[in-house]
Amino acid sequence: MSAAVTPAVGLAEPEHEVTRRPSVRSRALHSPIFMAGTILTATIVALALLAPVIGRYSPVSQDLLHTLAGPSGAHWLGTDEIGRDIWSRLLYAGRTDLQVGLLAVLFPFTFGVFIGTVCGYFGGRIDTIVMRIVDVVLAFPFYVLIIALVFVVGVGTHGIYIAFGLTDWVIYARTTRSGTMVARNLDWVAAAEGGGLSRTRVLWRHILPNTITQAIVYSMSDIVLVILAVVTLGYLGLGIQPPAPDWGSMISDGQNFIQTNQWLAAIPGMAVVLTGVGLSLLGDGLADILRPE
Amino acid sequence: MTRYLTSPGLRYVVRRVLLSIPVVLGVVVVTFLLLRLIPGDPARTLLGLHAPPAAVAALRHQLGLDEPIWRQFWHYFDGLAHGNFGTSIYYQAPVASVIAPGLPLTGSLVLVATFFTIVITVPLAALAAMRHDRASDHAVRLFSLMGLGLPSFWFGIILIVLFSLDLHWFPVGGYGTSFWAHLHSLLLPGLCAAIGIVPVLIRSLRVGMLEVLSADYVATARAKGLRPSRVTFVHVARNALIPTVNLLGINIAYLIGGTVVIERVFALNGLGSAMLTAIDNRDFPVVQGVTLVYALGVIVVILITDLVTARLDPRIRLR
Repeated sequence: MSAAVTPAVGLAEPEHEVTRRPSVRSRALHSPIFMAGTILTATIVALALLAPVIGRYSPVSQDLLHTLAGPSGAHWLGTDEIGRDIWSRLLYAGRTDLQVGLLAVLFPFTFGVFIGTVCGYFGGRIDTIVMRIVDVVLAFPFYVLIIALVFVVGVGTHGIYIAFGLTDWVIYARTTRSGTMVARNLDWVAAAEGGGLSRTRVLWRHILPNTITQAIVYSMSDIVLVILAVVTLGYLGLGIQPPAPDWGSMISDGQNFIQTNQWLAAIPGMAVVLTGVGLSLLGDGLADILRPE
Repeated sequence: MTRYLTSPGLRYVVRRVLLSIPVVLGVVVVTFLLLRLIPGDPARTLLGLHAPPAAVAALRHQLGLDEPIWRQFWHYFDGLAHGNFGTSIYYQAPVASVIAPGLPLTGSLVLVATFFTIVITVPLAALAAMRHDRASDHAVRLFSLMGLGLPSFWFGIILIVLFSLDLHWFPVGGYGTSFWAHLHSLLLPGLCAAIGIVPVLIRSLRVGMLEVLSADYVATARAKGLRPSRVTFVHVARNALIPTVNLLGINIAYLIGGTVVIERVFALNGLGSAMLTAIDNRDFPVVQGVTLVYALGVIVVILITDLVTARLDPRIRLR
């Protein structure tokens, strides 16, 4: 640390001056959690997308001569009480549930991040009003509000999108707001503002890229929550409507044969659990590799 | 009186209670607006396409739809202030009399579930934090990871198959007649409702405890030569209790909502069953009333957990 020699050494060996942080891609490849989550989620999504190719049967075609059959070469996972192929139904149900889960999160994510950024940066009266609305929405038990909303706007996918659109943005708004409030007071934001950049530019080009990571990480757990809710609504008969297959209604149908044919309810449940594990690992992995130093 | 109000503790209680009043009003507004979200003519939609016009007109009048909206709201609000939650379309009886019988069951279920939540979460999170990055930590993290996507109603079906149908330890459904029978029949549903929030709580509490364990005052306590058990219980546990109660308060709404479907799985006639039955009957006023009661329940529970946290943590009530 002697001041006298530092300049000479520094000039001679410039590559030792900066230890660069590994890039996001290299961190991703070295995070076992992120890789496990990606592989598991990608496998589940691929199976769901390939349902028409590898499903082998239509998910709704009945075969009344082969009802409640066990696993065989013809029906890999057996058939249900009206002879529908369970493997095919499982894949198509995954297709529906994953799609609804993903689409139902899109609007809340976008709207919540937008409103949270605006509230956190500008504060004032809008901020007060929005945060009171957030408090009110959070006072309702999540499932009670979703069930009540789906009941009033109409059951099925349409109702699910509206119910989540009205309620699910609050968490995104709250986390983005607090992230923005922290970022607003950082030195480089002050520097950008002092340098004469417009507030909109500072907000969207300098603050948002830093606050949105938290929202992306949360969205993984949120998709799990939404899929769980969709499956629960399906089990209650308020979600995706038959004959379209959905993991929830498959469990509900299988429950009638719980003493004789346990796999009917067991298989779709395991699919939900695996999807949850995959997406949660992905979220944990993202949190690790995107964490700002 | 003034002397009491100058006590910071009481001032905190008063301020906290006053802060929940706007939330209560907001919740009333939201449940009022539920009727407005019904597409088309709500009376027509609720009764179905083939209902006679006279019946539709009568229902429209009963729901107050033939009045201006501000007056409808005033009637709704005024009714609630007098304990009138409206009239059930299906039973033609006060909504309060339809939902009141389910309250004790749902309340007890939430209590049992909270008990299980604490009994499972706290030891597992403590174990994981104390054995950070060792085998037991990894086991706890794997367990909580698996639980994140676990549908609680599916878990309930598994519990019924295992413990009720195969082992005959518990009733398949129902609530029994005596206190012990009630408790006995609420054990599986309570466990099931707890599992809905336990994974999230373990993950957060583990992080909270790791923070406490690395705090300066814990290092000081150790450096003073205090026994490890004393450090654990006096220094770590007391400070880790605060995030526990706090987290419980944040997640209790999710737990309470989860009991709706669990009541269906275990055939319990609580508030949740009242709601689902009302949906089958298209009995809007009952759905509205149950939704409101749930939200009011959550507001009270969160108020209580906030007051308990303040009691445990002088930093909050002195702020």
